[in-house]
Amino acid sequence: MTVDRRWRISLRVLALGYLALLLLVPVGLIFFRTFEHGVMGVWESITTPAAIHAFWLTIEVTAIAVPLNTLFGIVMAIALARGNWRGKGLVNALIDLPFAVSPVVIGLSLILVYGVNGWLGGALADAGIQVIFSVPGIVLATIFVSLPFVVREVTPVLREIGDEQEQAAATLGAGGWTTFRRITLPAIRWGVAYGVILSVARCIGEFGAVSVVSGKISGQTETLTLLVEKRFANFDLAGAYAASALLALIALGTLLAMTMIKPRREEGDA
Amino acid sequence: MSATAVTSAPPPSAAAPSAPAWRSSGALGLGIATLWLSIIVLLPLSAVVVRSLDGGLGAFWDAVSSRQAVAALRFTVLVSLATAAVNVVGGTLIAWVLVRDRFPGKKVVNALIDLPFALPTIVAGLTLLTLYGPRSPFGINIAFTQAAVLLALLFVTLPFVIRSVQPVLIELDREMEEAALSLGARNATIFRRIVLPNLVPAILSGAALAFARAVGEFGSIVLISGNIPFRTQVSSVYVFKLIESDAPTSAAAVATVLLLVSLAVLLGIRALGHWGARHDR
Repeated sequence: MTVDRRWRISLRVLALGYLALLLLVPVGLIFFRTFEHGVMGVWESITTPAAIHAFWLTIEVTAIAVPLNTLFGIVMAIALARGNWRGKGLVNALIDLPFAVSPVVIGLSLILVYGVNGWLGGALADAGIQVIFSVPGIVLATIFVSLPFVVREVTPVLREIGDEQEQAAATLGAGGWTTFRRITLPAIRWGVAYGVILSVARCIGEFGAVSVVSGKISGQTETLTLLVEKRFANFDLAGAYAASALLALIALGTLLAMTMIKPRREEGDA
Repeated sequence: MSATAVTSAPPPSAAAPSAPAWRSSGALGLGIATLWLSIIVLLPLSAVVVRSLDGGLGAFWDAVSSRQAVAALRFTVLVSLATAAVNVVGGTLIAWVLVRDRFPGKKVVNALIDLPFALPTIVAGLTLLTLYGPRSPFGINIAFTQAAVLLALLFVTLPFVIRSVQPVLIELDREMEEAALSLGARNATIFRRIVLPNLVPAILSGAALAFARAVGEFGSIVLISGNIPFRTQVSSVYVFKLIESDAPTSAAAVATVLLLVSLAVLLGIRALGHWGARHDR
């Protein structure tokens, strides 16, 4: 279909205009509003003790959730792509649940298991472990929401590369670990990397599920996204903008990493 | 933990070279992975369903059929359908422009499409409120209206249809279009009869993903919707309010309904995938 010039330009203007109004202008405006009264105020508001604590808590939670989900993701992807077992179709469908379920429902579900009146609440309280309104709850919520990313990135890569090389390595006497380390892992590494980046972005940015289970105690269970909301609710607009700009910068970094890895990941596919 | 599962592989037996040894140890890895999935995802979600029936079926029905719950669910489904519909048109248009058009800065635009996936939803909400709220530099204030909820949902679901249609459009054989053109077909006809039918499975699965995301969305809506019952309150925010007012059984009941909607969409997408795969052949 060869669209003539006039049509092509109108469609282009329409598409880019939609993107500008929905995406670019709003995100640009956040940075403008953040820095319109100078850089010093921004620096002060992202270096308050509460903000620094929120930043490190966010990093800590991400540093726990992402490696666990990466391990899970690789093992599950190998099982889905290579294995032939009963219930595979069901598990394959269930893995997508965290993408489809509302973050608020995820938060509620954790309260109902680990909360005071939850299934395990009594036993945990006896053991002196507090999960809900505490850091472990935030970690569990974050693991839940970011669970599928690595599996969903790695499974298609494994299917694409096939298992001839793995078979050859096994025939030549390579052990399971050697085959995985020397053959499988190098082939899927960019898929894993892409999945890890998506997971990190989601972990840092999660709001709904964390907001239900955290209790939002400043300096204790407050992550960066919760800090944005609290500052907004307390009419500290400049502070909310500053924390948002920090998160938006992290998002732009994520985007850059995604753009750099994407072509390599697709090369790996071929 | 899965690393130990893999290391514990027995040495490869010469008798069965066709089954790499690490696969037999894969059973242990699979067991642990499935257990992980069950503890993290399935156990909590089943707690929601069980808790929703705590007060019996009558209480469940009362919770989900209260006027406010019904209004919230109705609005959630309608605004999510509207989101999916706008994405069908807008997403297909943007995908077409990104694949078939050429203009300076196209790579940057293409990379920015994923921004809604990378940007925290609360920041997305604040961002939209800044431009389309009370302090809008252009004097457009739609904060606390149903249109604002739609806007927030359009923001967070932007990538789904585009990223689903783009690869199909790239792979699409242009010879068919050229043949149609040489036979005298007009552009509108070519688009309707040749391009569109090839894109339909991708458009629909992208739209279904956008719908699923919209139904559960919370972070981007919470600031901009104003959460006005019977007007701008969506189900996820309603559940949040129920949790805050310490009504976990009612919250679980409404959450179960949302869970069922998510499951239905998920199954629909899988069916669509099978249909699309058949369509390809």
